[in-house]
Amino acid sequence: MKKISSQSSDLDFIKELDSSEFIGGFKGCLACRTCTSGCPVHRADNEYDPLRIIRMLTLGLKNELLGGNMIWLCSDCYTCQENCPMGIKVTDIINHLKNMATSEKNTPIGVSTQEKLLKDQGKIYIIDNFDNKKRAKAGLPSLPEINEEAKKLLEKE
Amino acid sequence: MKYSLFLGCTIPARSRNYELSARAVASQFGMEFIDIEEFSCCGFPLEASDEMGGILLAARNLALAEERGLEICSLCSACTSMLTKTAYRLNREKELKDKVNVELAKVGREYKGTVRVRHFARILIEDIGLERIRKSVKRDLKGLKAATHYGCHYLKPSYIYEGFDDPQDPKTLEQILEAVGVINVQYKRKKDCCGGPVLLSDEAVALNVAGEKLKYVKEAGADIMNLVCPFCDLMFDSNQKGIEAEYGIELNIPVLYLPQILGLAMGLGRKELGLNLNSVNTKDLTARLEV
Repeated sequence: MKKISSQSSDLDFIKELDSSEFIGGFKGCLACRTCTSGCPVHRADNEYDPLRIIRMLTLGLKNELLGGNMIWLCSDCYTCQENCPMGIKVTDIINHLKNMATSEKNTPIGVSTQEKLLKDQGKIYIIDNFDNKKRAKAGLPSLPEINEEAKKLLEKE
Repeated sequence: MKYSLFLGCTIPARSRNYELSARAVASQFGMEFIDIEEFSCCGFPLEASDEMGGILLAARNLALAEERGLEICSLCSACTSMLTKTAYRLNREKELKDKVNVELAKVGREYKGTVRVRHFARILIEDIGLERIRKSVKRDLKGLKAATHYGCHYLKPSYIYEGFDDPQDPKTLEQILEAVGVINVQYKRKKDCCGGPVLLSDEAVALNVAGEKLKYVKEAGADIMNLVCPFCDLMFDSNQKGIEAEYGIELNIPVLYLPQILGLAMGLGRKELGLNLNSVNTKDLTARLEV
C-alpha cells in the first residue's frame, strides 16, 4: 500500500463528521478489527478494510478517503455496524463519505450513471409498452413509463 | 387486511416471478394489495451519491401511502430499508423533516409521519402468523431442502426495525419454510451479503462474494435457495451461470423467492408462481414435486 503523509490531516473534516447528530460519533473506535473480520467484501478483496476507513477518518485523512476507491467497495451490508462493540455506525459513516466524495466528483461511473437515470426517469427501469403487454398477459396491472412527479422533485432539489 | 404494495423499480421490470407469486400467495391469505401507480423508485439507489435526493423520493412514496391511510408492504429488502430508514429519521430529526416537506410541498405532497412500512415476509409472520401458514399447506414438498439467504436490508440496520427478528441469528424466513414442510439446511456464511451493491463499482468483487455463498449452499446439499430480495436474486439466480463459468464449478441450484416456495406448498401451479421465469431451470424441481 502506498505511504500516506500524516501532514494531510484535516481537522475540520473530523469535526464536521463527529458532530453529526445522525452519525453520533466514531472516536470511541477500539481498533479491535471486529468490523473487518466480519466483512464479506474484505474476504473477497483484502484491500478493502472498514477499520482502515474508520482509522483514516479519526486521523482526518480526508483526501485519501474521498479521493480513493476504497469507500466505494462497501456493499452496504451493515455487518460491521451491527457487530461494532462500541456502537459506531460504520456503514452509515461510509455512506456519508460516499456522498462527500460525490460532491468532489469522485464517483464510480456505474453509480453516477444510475443517478442520472433516476433523475431523468424517477425510476431505474422504464416500463414500456412491451413490458406492459407482458404484465397484462400475466394479469398484472400496467405501470407508467416514467415517473414525472418524482423527476420534478429531484430537479427542484 | 389492506396494504399498499410497493414494487420499486426492479421487480416490475425484471422479477415478475416475485410479483406474481407474492400476489398469488397474499390473495390466498385474504390480503388485499392496493396498487399506487404514482410510486417511484424508493430512493435507495441515490443513498450513496445524493442522500438528500434519496430521502426526498422515499418521503414522497411514504406520503402517497399516508394520503390513502394505508401501510406499505414492500417486496424488495432495499426498498423496505430505504423507506423504513427515511420514516425513522424524519420522525426523529425535525429539521430534516421540515426541509423535506418544503420540497414535497412543491409537488403538492406532505409527509406527516403516520405511515408504517414492513417487508412482505414480516407481514406474513406478524399479520398472518405461522399457524395459518401451516394450515394453508395443500401439497407435500417431499423433504425439499432449502438454504435461506436473509440478505442484508431485510433486517439491517437493526436500529430501524423495532427489534423484529435478530440479524445476528435470524430465524423468521426459516420459520415460514418449516411451517410448510421444508427442511432448512444450514450453510457456512449464511448471514453474508449477496455482493449486489458492489456490482456498480467492482463486478469481480461482487461476483466473488456471491460465488462463495453459492459454493457453500451447494456443499450443504440444498435442493434450492430461498430469498426475499430482487438484488440478491440477480446475484444468485441471474448471475449463477456466469459464476459457474468464472470459477469452473457446477452449481445448478434453483433460486426461489419465498412466496414461490410457499405457493408450491399451497398447491399453486408453475405459471401462477412465475416459476417459468426463473433463470436457473426449475422444471426438475417441479417434476419431482409433481406440480
